[in-house]
Amino acid sequence: MSAIPLSWYLGLAAALFAVGLFGVITRRNAVAVLMGVELMLNAANLNLVAFWRYLRPGVMEAPVFVLVVVTIAAAEAAVGLAIVLSVFRNFHGVEVERLDLMKQ
Amino acid sequence: MIPVYLVPALPLAAFILISLTSLRKRQGLAPALLIAALAGSLGLSIALLVGVQSGRIASGSQFGFTWMAVRAIDPPLILRFSFLVDGLSALMMVVVSAVALLVQVYSLGYMRGDEGFGRYFAFMALFSFAMLGLVTSGNLLQTYLCWELVGLCSYLLIGFWYKKPEAASAAKKAFIVTRFGDVGLLLAVLALSYSAGTLSFTGLERAISAGTLTPFFFGGSAFLTVIALLIFSGAAGKSAQFPLHVWLPDAMEGPTPVSALIHAATMVAAGVFLVARTYFIFQAAPMALGVVALIGVFTAFLAATIALTQNDVKRILAYSTISQLGYMMLALGAGGMAAGMFHLTTHAFFKALLFLCAGSVIHAVHSNDIREMGGLARRMPITALTCAIGALALAGIPPLSGFYSKDEVLAAVQNSGYISALVGTGGQAVVLALALGVVFLTGFYMSRLWFVVFTREWHGHGESCTAHESPFSMTGPLVLLAALAAGAGLFGHPVGTLLGDASPESGATWLPAVSALIGASGIWLAWLVYWVRAYVPGKVKSPFALALYRGSQNNWYIDAFYTRVVARLVLGTAAVVAWVDRHVVNGMVDGVGWLAGRAGAWLRRTETGQLQWYAYVMVGGAVVLALLLSTLVVSR
Repeated sequence: MSAIPLSWYLGLAAALFAVGLFGVITRRNAVAVLMGVELMLNAANLNLVAFWRYLRPGVMEAPVFVLVVVTIAAAEAAVGLAIVLSVFRNFHGVEVERLDLMKQ
Repeated sequence: MIPVYLVPALPLAAFILISLTSLRKRQGLAPALLIAALAGSLGLSIALLVGVQSGRIASGSQFGFTWMAVRAIDPPLILRFSFLVDGLSALMMVVVSAVALLVQVYSLGYMRGDEGFGRYFAFMALFSFAMLGLVTSGNLLQTYLCWELVGLCSYLLIGFWYKKPEAASAAKKAFIVTRFGDVGLLLAVLALSYSAGTLSFTGLERAISAGTLTPFFFGGSAFLTVIALLIFSGAAGKSAQFPLHVWLPDAMEGPTPVSALIHAATMVAAGVFLVARTYFIFQAAPMALGVVALIGVFTAFLAATIALTQNDVKRILAYSTISQLGYMMLALGAGGMAAGMFHLTTHAFFKALLFLCAGSVIHAVHSNDIREMGGLARRMPITALTCAIGALALAGIPPLSGFYSKDEVLAAVQNSGYISALVGTGGQAVVLALALGVVFLTGFYMSRLWFVVFTREWHGHGESCTAHESPFSMTGPLVLLAALAAGAGLFGHPVGTLLGDASPESGATWLPAVSALIGASGIWLAWLVYWVRAYVPGKVKSPFALALYRGSQNNWYIDAFYTRVVARLVLGTAAVVAWVDRHVVNGMVDGVGWLAGRAGAWLRRTETGQLQWYAYVMVGGAVVLALLLSTLVVSR
C-alpha cells in the first residue's frame, strides 16, 4: 500500500476540487451546480481520509468526521434539490442567472 | 469709602428691571426708575469728585478681583477686574451722569406717546451703564468691553425708529465705520497684554515709566508710537475724527435726546477720554501726540467749513460736534490734557443744551430743516434764550464756559512742544491760525442757525406759525443745562488741579482777547447776512464761490468718495474672495463628493446579482489570501 505516496491522493483531491469549483462557477443549470458542490465536498473528504491513513492511522476522529460530512452532504443535496424544484416552479427554469432578485 | 461700582451698577439694575419685566409697558414707571438710578449715580459721582478733589479719597483702583490669569506665557498675563477712581474718572462720572439725568428728564416730554417708549428707556439705561462702566474701568480690556457696549447702544438708538430705512442704514453705517477704528484699538490691547503682562492702567503706567515693557515688534519708543497710534485709531472712530467722521452726521437719524446724550456729550467724547486715560502711553511717544494734534485741527477745520452750509439743524450741530471733538484732540495732542478734558466738560454741557434746544424746536415744528423755521423766538422764548446761551458758549464769547475752555486749548497749542517737534514752529503757527479760524467759523454757523430759526417774522407756510413752547419736562433741563453751560467756565482751575496739572495753560495775553474778537466777528458777519440782510447769499453768482458752497454742502464729497472708491474696493476684494470660496474651497469639497460618487458608480458594476460571479470573486479572494499567507509562511 505504500507504493502509492500521499501526494498522489492530495493531487487527485485537488483536481476533483478544481473540477467541482469549475462546475459551480460555469454551469448554468442549478442541478449541475449542486453536483459541482458535491464534488468539492468529496474532494475534501478524500483529503481527510488520506491524511488520516498516512499520518494518524490510530485515531478515529477523521473517519467519523468524514461520515458526518457525507451525512450533511446528503441532507444538503436534499435541501438543494428542493430549492431547485422551488426555483423551477417560480422562475420556470433552473438557470442560475435567473436568480438575480438580490440585485433589485 | 464710597462704593464706586454702584455708579454703573444702578443704571444696569434699571436696565435689567425695565427690559426683563413688564415695566417697559408702563409709561410712567420705566423712566422713573432710570431717572432715580441716574440721580443715585450722580449723587455718588459728585461725592467721589468732591472726595478726590479734597484728597479725602485716595486715587487708585477699587473693588478688584482677579478676572483671568494666563501663566503659560512670558510675561504671565494677570488681568484684574477693577474700578479706577481718580480725578479723570470722577470728572467724567459727574459729566456723564449729570447730562444723562437731564436728558432722561427731557426724554419724558420728547418721547411721550412713542410706541417704543419702554424700549427707549431700556436702551438708554444700558447706555448709561456702559458709559459709566467705561469711565470707571480700571483696565484696558474692561474699557474695551464697555467701549463696544456703548457702540452697540449707539447702533440700537440711532436705529431706534428702525422702520425708517434712513435710520436703519445710518445705524449700520455708524457701527461699521467705528469698527474700522476699533480694530486698531483691539490690536493695541492685544499687543499691550503680550508685552506688559497686565492691562490695568496703573500697571501699564508703572511698566512704561520703569521701562519694563517687552516690545515684540520694533524696539523701544517705536513700539509705543505704534501702540499709541492704534489706540488713537479707535479713539478717532468713536470721536468721529477725519477720516472716520462720516458716521456722525448720519447718526442724527436717532431721536434728538439720543443725539444730545450719545452723539454730542458722552459717547463721542469717549475717544477723547480714552486718549486722556492712556495719556502716559502718548507722552512716551511724542510723535503720536503730534499726529493726534494735526488730525484734531484738520478735523476741526474741515467739519466747521461743512457746518456753514448745512440746512438740517441737527446736521449743523453734528458737524459742530465733530469740529469741537477735533478741538479736544488738538488740545490733547498739544500736550494740554487738562485743557482737552476741560473743553470736553464744557462742550458736554453746551452741546447737549444745543441739541435739546434743537429737539425742542423740532418737537414744535415737526421738521429738521431750518428753511422751514423762522421767528420762533416769540413763540418759544425759553428755548430761544437757552439756545442763545449755548450758541454763545460754543462760539467762545466771554464770560460763558466755552470762552475759558477754548482759551486753554489755544494756549496749549501755542505752548506745545509736540506740534513744533513734528512740523516745526512755522507749522505750529499754521495750526494755531487754523484753530483761530475754527473759532470764526463756529461763531458764524452757530449765529446763522440761531438767526434763521428764531428771528425775523415768519411769512411762509408750515408749522412755524402755530408752534408753541415745549412742556416743562423739556424746558426744565434746558434751563439747568444753560446754567451749566454759562457757568462751567469757573471749573477751569479745579479741573486742572484734579487732573494733576496744577497750572492751567496760559498763553500770550493777547490770545484770549483775539479769540473772543474773532468769535464775535463771526457772529457779526452772520448778523449782517441773516439779520440785517446786507448781503443775500442767494445773489452770489461767482462760480468759484458756488463751487465752494456745493463742496461744503456735500461734505467735500468725502461720503461720495467712500461709496464710490472705498466701498467699491472693499466690495471688489469681497468679490474676489467670494469667487475663491465658491470655486476653490467649494470646488475641493464638491470634488471629494464627486470622487465618492464616481467610485460608487464604478464599483456598482461589480454588483451583478449573478450568484456565480459572487462565487468566482469569493474564490479569487480566497486564492489571493492563500498566496499572501503562503508567502508570509515561506519568508518566515
